[in-house]
Amino acid sequence: MSTTMRINGKAFQSSSAPNARLLDVLRNECDLKGTKEGCGEGECGACAVLVNGRLVNSCLVPLGQMERAEITTVEGLPEDSALAQAFVQCGATQCGICTPGMMLAATALLAEYANPTLEEIRWGLSGNLCRCTGYGRIYAAIAQVAGGFADV
Amino acid sequence: MSDWIRPRHLPEALEILATAPGPYRVISGGTDLMVECHLAPERRPESWLDISGLRELQGLQITEEGIRIGAATSLEAIRRHAEVVAHWPMLAASAAVTGAPPIQNRATLGGNVCNASPAADNAPTLLAYGARLEIVHHHGSRWLPYGDFHLGYRKTALQPGELLSALWIPYPPKHSRGYFRKVGTRAAQAIAKVSIAALIEVNSDGIIQSAHFGMASVAATPCALPSVSQYLLGRALCDIADMQVRQKVKQDIAPIQDIRSTTAYRLEIASRLVLEAIHKRSESKKEN
Amino acid sequence: MSLTLVKQRTDQQTASPRRVDGVAKIRGTALYVDDLPCADVLHGATVRTTAAGGTLQEVVFDPAIDWSEFVVVTARDIPGMNAVKLLENDQVVLVDRAFRHAGEAVVLLAHADPEKLGMALKGVSLVELPNTAPIFDIDAALAAQQEIIPGNIYTDYLLDRGDVAEGEHLADVVIEERFLTPSQEQLYIEPQGMLAHLQKDGSILVEGSMQCPYYVLDALVQCMGMDKDHLRVVQSTTGGAFGGKEDYPSVIACHAALLALKAGGRSVKLVYERGEDLRVTPKRHPSRTLISLGANKAGELQFIDMDFAIDGGAYRTLSPVVLSRGVIHAPGPYKCPHIRVRGRAVATNHPPFGAFRGFGAPQSIFAMEVAMDRLARKLAMDPAELRRINLLRTGDVNPTGDVVGADCFAHATLDVALEHTHYYQRLAEYRAWNAAGHQTRKGIGLATFAHGAGFTGNGELHLASRVSLQALANGHVEILCSNTEMGQGAATTLVQIAADALGLPMDRVHLAQADTSRVPNSGPTVASRTCMVVGELIQKAAGQLLQRLRETAELAAPHDAQSFAAACARLCAVAGDTLVTAQYQPPTDMRWDEQAFLGRAYASYAWAAYIAEVEVDVLTLETRVLDFTAVQEIGDAVHPVIVQGQIEGGVAQGIGYALYEDVLWNERGVMANDRLTNYIIPTSADLGFMHVVLLEGGLGAGPKGAKGVGELPMDGPAPAIVNAIQQALDIDICQIPVKPEMLLELTMSRGN
Ligand SMILES: Cc1cc2nc3c(=O)[nH]c(=O)nc-3n(C[C@H](O)[C@H](O)[C@H](O)COP(=O)(O)OP(=O)(O)OC[C@H]3O[C@@H](n4cnc5c(N)ncnc54)[C@H](O)[C@@H]3O)c2cc1C
Ligand code: FES
Ligand code: FES
Repeated sequence: MSTTMRINGKAFQSSSAPNARLLDVLRNECDLKGTKEGCGEGECGACAVLVNGRLVNSCLVPLGQMERAEITTVEGLPEDSALAQAFVQCGATQCGICTPGMMLAATALLAEYANPTLEEIRWGLSGNLCRCTGYGRIYAAIAQVAGGFADV
Repeated sequence: MSDWIRPRHLPEALEILATAPGPYRVISGGTDLMVECHLAPERRPESWLDISGLRELQGLQITEEGIRIGAATSLEAIRRHAEVVAHWPMLAASAAVTGAPPIQNRATLGGNVCNASPAADNAPTLLAYGARLEIVHHHGSRWLPYGDFHLGYRKTALQPGELLSALWIPYPPKHSRGYFRKVGTRAAQAIAKVSIAALIEVNSDGIIQSAHFGMASVAATPCALPSVSQYLLGRALCDIADMQVRQKVKQDIAPIQDIRSTTAYRLEIASRLVLEAIHKRSESKKEN
Repeated sequence: MSLTLVKQRTDQQTASPRRVDGVAKIRGTALYVDDLPCADVLHGATVRTTAAGGTLQEVVFDPAIDWSEFVVVTARDIPGMNAVKLLENDQVVLVDRAFRHAGEAVVLLAHADPEKLGMALKGVSLVELPNTAPIFDIDAALAAQQEIIPGNIYTDYLLDRGDVAEGEHLADVVIEERFLTPSQEQLYIEPQGMLAHLQKDGSILVEGSMQCPYYVLDALVQCMGMDKDHLRVVQSTTGGAFGGKEDYPSVIACHAALLALKAGGRSVKLVYERGEDLRVTPKRHPSRTLISLGANKAGELQFIDMDFAIDGGAYRTLSPVVLSRGVIHAPGPYKCPHIRVRGRAVATNHPPFGAFRGFGAPQSIFAMEVAMDRLARKLAMDPAELRRINLLRTGDVNPTGDVVGADCFAHATLDVALEHTHYYQRLAEYRAWNAAGHQTRKGIGLATFAHGAGFTGNGELHLASRVSLQALANGHVEILCSNTEMGQGAATTLVQIAADALGLPMDRVHLAQADTSRVPNSGPTVASRTCMVVGELIQKAAGQLLQRLRETAELAAPHDAQSFAAACARLCAVAGDTLVTAQYQPPTDMRWDEQAFLGRAYASYAWAAYIAEVEVDVLTLETRVLDFTAVQEIGDAVHPVIVQGQIEGGVAQGIGYALYEDVLWNERGVMANDRLTNYIIPTSADLGFMHVVLLEGGLGAGPKGAKGVGELPMDGPAPAIVNAIQQALDIDICQIPVKPEMLLELTMSRGN
C-alpha cells in the first residue's frame, strides 16, 4: 500500500505504513528536516505543517489519511516573503526550534485574517509553544506584515 | 504491516466492524489516538478503520428540531458554523476552547465524545443542550440520549460493531439562556479542571421551567446535575437558596484530586459556577 | 543618579542589524542534532534505576530477546573513570552498584530500529534493593535522620556583615516569613541529544545540543580515558537551553560515546524523547527561605536575616555555585548595615538540580522582594516608597561590603518604572475597582533587583578564557571561541562586536562553529557572561589584529573593508601569522573573599525595576497578567532587538514560574507531570505584549560598557506578580506558583 500526496507542490508517493506519523514521513522519507519534533503528543506545534491549507500537528497525523492531500512544510514557504523578512527583523526567532511551526501558523493566520487583531494573533499561535521569545516579537512580526494590529 | 481501511461509505465501514469487530480500531481525527500510540507504542492497534472519509459522518445540517452534526465533523467547522454560533453558542464556545487551532482543525466532535475523557470539553455543552446520539450498526441504527452514553470511567454505551454517526441537538427553548465556562490550566491548549454548561429556561414570572447542566472534570465521566435540576424545576428565581444548591451540587459530583487540581477546588468552583449560571445566565463566556 | 546620564531606548528595531542565524532558522535549514545527516545510524536508549536510591543487585536480560543484535553497554565497558566530570566526581556515568535517585542510567542499548529498541528496553529488568526512607524535602534532609551524604549538606555558606543582633535592637518594625519556591523545568523545545561517531583513527567525535563544548570534552576525557587529541566535540544548532544544557550534555555525550565505541564504527544517536528529558535532566533548585527583616519607623532597613536552603538533589553537580549566587543576591539592591545570609545546598533523593536562568538568584530574590512588601505593609508605607528609601546609591556600601561606584542605577530604574506605568494613578484606579465589587480584583506589584553578570568573584580568573580571531586572505575574519549560540543571540552579538571593533561590515565577520578541535576554550556559555566577558576579549583581540596588520601588512588608518582585505592578503602572502589570541585579564579592582562573601562579587551589576499588573477572577481565582513593564539598565544594548527578546523571553519564563509551572513528584522522586500537557508553560493566549524599557548607563565591564542580560529577567516577575496578587486580594502569599487552588485556600481561610 502506498500513499500519494503533494508535498510543497510536488507529487510524492510514500511507502511507509499508513499508521506512520506524517512527521516521520516528512523528516525521514522526504528529508524535510525543517519540521521538528518537540513532544510527539500534539502540544508544542514544532511539527506543524499545513494540510490543505490548514494548520495541523504532523506528529498526530497518520499517513493513511493523507491520500491526495496538499501538504506545505516550512521548506515550501516562499523564501523571501514579507513574513520571512519580518521574522528576522523583529526578532521573532531565537533558538529557532519553534520557528518553522510558527511560520506555518503565521501563514495560516494571515491567510485567514489579512489584518488580524492582537487577540486573533494570540489565539492563532496558541497551539505553538515558544520558550524563548515570550511571543512579543512574534506578534510584532505578524503585525508588521499585516500593516499593524487591527485593534492596537 | 498494519492493516488500514479507509472506506468511502458507511455500510462498508459497518460491514467491516461487524465481521471483524475486535481488532479494528476506529480512528477519526486521531488527536487522541495518535497520542496514545506515541505514549504506549506496545498497545498500538494492528488494524485501523479510518472513518475520516465517510461522507455520512461529515458536516452539519439544520433540521426542523435542531441540528445534525456528523460525528466526524471537525471542531473547527463546528465553531465557525453560522447556525451553531447563532443558536447553540455554547457549542461554538466549547469547540473554540478545545485545545488550540491545530487541534481543532483535526479533532472531531464524535471523537471527543467517544474518547470518553471525563474532561472532554464539548461534553457539558452536549449534556446541557440535551443532545441525542445516532448510533449505527450494520443491522441498523439506534438513538441514545447523550446523558445515557457514559457508563463509567472511559466506558461508553457503544457496543462492538457500532459507530457513532451523528449528534442531534434540539433548538434550545425560547426563553432559555445558556452559560458556559471552562476553567483550565491555562488560557489555551488546556485540560479542564472544571467546566460547565447550563441551559436554564425561566418564564415571565421568574419561574424556572427547565434547567439542564453538564459538567466535566468533576466525576469519572462528564455528568449532568440531576439533583440541582430537580431542585430548580418550578422554583422562582428569587426563592433559590444558595446553600441548598451547593448541597445538591455536592450530591451530583464526585471530584478527585489529580495532577491538575484538587478535590476542594473542584468542589467549590463547581458550586460557584452553578450558582453563577443560575443567577447570571449570561451568554457563553469564553475563557481568555 | 540623575536620569539625564542614562540613555533610554525606544528605537530597538532600527538600531539592530539582522540576526546572523535568522534566515537559516526561518527557512528550516538550520540543523539541530536530530537533523544531522548520518548514514546507517544506530539509535540509543537508556535503562534507568527505578527506586529512589539503593543498590543495584542484578541486571536481568530477557532471554527471549536476541541481544547479539544490540549494542549493550554497562559500567564495565567504561574505559576511563566512571564519574561525570563536574565540581566533584560523585556522580557515576553508569550505575554499577550504589545509586541515589530514580532515573540513573544503568544500561545503554543501541539498535538501528527504534521500535526494536523500545521493546528491548522493556526486556532489561533491574533487581534493586531500594533505599527504604528516601528524602525529598529540604527540611527533612536537614533533620538528617537518614544521610545521603554526611549531614546531607553539600555546601554551607555564610554572608555575615555587621551584627544582626544590633540591627534587631535598632528596628522598630520586624517581619518574619517562610517562603517556598518549586523546581522549574527549562523546557527548551528541542529535547537534549547527542550523536557520536567512532572515527577510523580511533578518535571519537560527538555532536549535539549543548551550551559548553569544553565541559563536554573534559567529561569525555575523564570517562573515555582518552586524551583531548582523540576527542572532538562539536555543537549543533541548539534549540534552547536556559541553563538546562550546561551540565547534562556531558552525561549524554559520555553515553553516546560509550555506545559508539562498541558499535563497530556505526554512529550512535541518543536523542531523548520529551518525557525522558523531563524526568531525568536537571531543573531549577527548589528553595526554602526563612527571612526576617527589620526597619526603623522611617523605613530604613536595619537588618536582613535569611536562612536560604536549596534542594541540590542526589549529587552535588553545580549546586555550590547556584547557592553562592543565591546567597549574594538574597539581600537585594539595598543599603543595610546588618546582614546575615546563611545558605545551604542539601542532598535529597531527587535527580540533581542544575542550572536554569538566574541560577539561584530568582529563588532568594523572590523571598526578599515579597518580604519587602510585607514590611511596607507593616510600616503602612507604599512599597515603592520603602524601596526608594533603601535602594543603593553611589557611595553606599552594598550587601557584600563593597562601595557602590558610579555604575548604580537602582533609583533610575525605579523612577522610570513608576513613571512609565503611571504607578500611583493605577494604584488608585485598582483600589477603586476592587472596592466597587466587580467580578475581578486588580493589583499592581513591584520588584527591584540587581543581577551580577559573569562568574562570581574570582571565577573568571580561574577560567582564563581565550578568544582568537583569524584573518583570511579574502579579508574576512573568523571568530574562534567556544561560546555557543543557543537562541540568546550570541552569534549575532559577538559578530557585531568584532565587526565594530575591526571597522568592518558584519558580513565580513563570521563566528566559527563551536568545535573543540578548532576553537580555544573561552569558557562556558553561562552566567550572562558571553557578551560582556567574551565580547570584551573579542574587542581586545580585534585591537591586536589591527595592530598586527598595521605593523606587518601596511594597513592604513583609517581603513575600509577593501584596504583591510588588501592588508589581509599581504599578511597571508608573507605567511605572517593571521591568528591573534586574547586572554582574560582580571580587573585590578576585583577583590572578592570567597570564604566571607565580602568584596566585589561581580564585575558589573545590571539594575532593574519590574512592575506587574494583574487581575484575579473572584469566582475561580484564576490570575491573568494584565500588563508587565520591565525597566532595565544594562550598560549598553549591543543589539537592542536581541536584548528586548532576551528580556521578554525571560519575563515569560518568570510569569510561568509565578503562576503556572510546578514540577510535581511521584513517590519515587520522579517528575510526575512529565508531559507537556501537564507541565504548564504559558501559551500566546496567556501572554500579551510586555513593555521593555532599556536604560544604558554605559558603565558595564563589557564592550562599550555593556553588561550581561541573559539571566536577570528571570529574577523580577515572580515577586512582582505575587506582590500584585497580594495587593489585589489583600492576602499573604508565601509560595509559588500561585495557582487558583492556593488562592482559594487562602481566601476561604480568611473567611471570604
Ligand atoms: C494537544 C492536544 C490538546 C487537546 N486539548 C483538548 C481540550 O482542550 N479539550 C478536550 O476535550 N480535548 C482535548 N484534546 C483531545 C482531543 O483532541 C479531542 O478529544 C478530540 O475531539 C478527539 O477527536 P478525534 O477525532 O481526534 O479522535 P480520535 O483520536 O480519532 O478518536 C478518539 C477515540 O474515539 C473513538 N472514535 C472516534 N470517532 C468515533 C466514532 N464516530 N464512533 C465510534 N468511535 C469513535 C476512537 O476509536 C478513539 O478511541 C486535546 C488533544 C491534544 C493532542
Ligand atoms: S511534536 Fe508535534 S506537537 Fe510537539
Ligand atoms: S525561538 Fe526558541 S522556542 Fe521559539
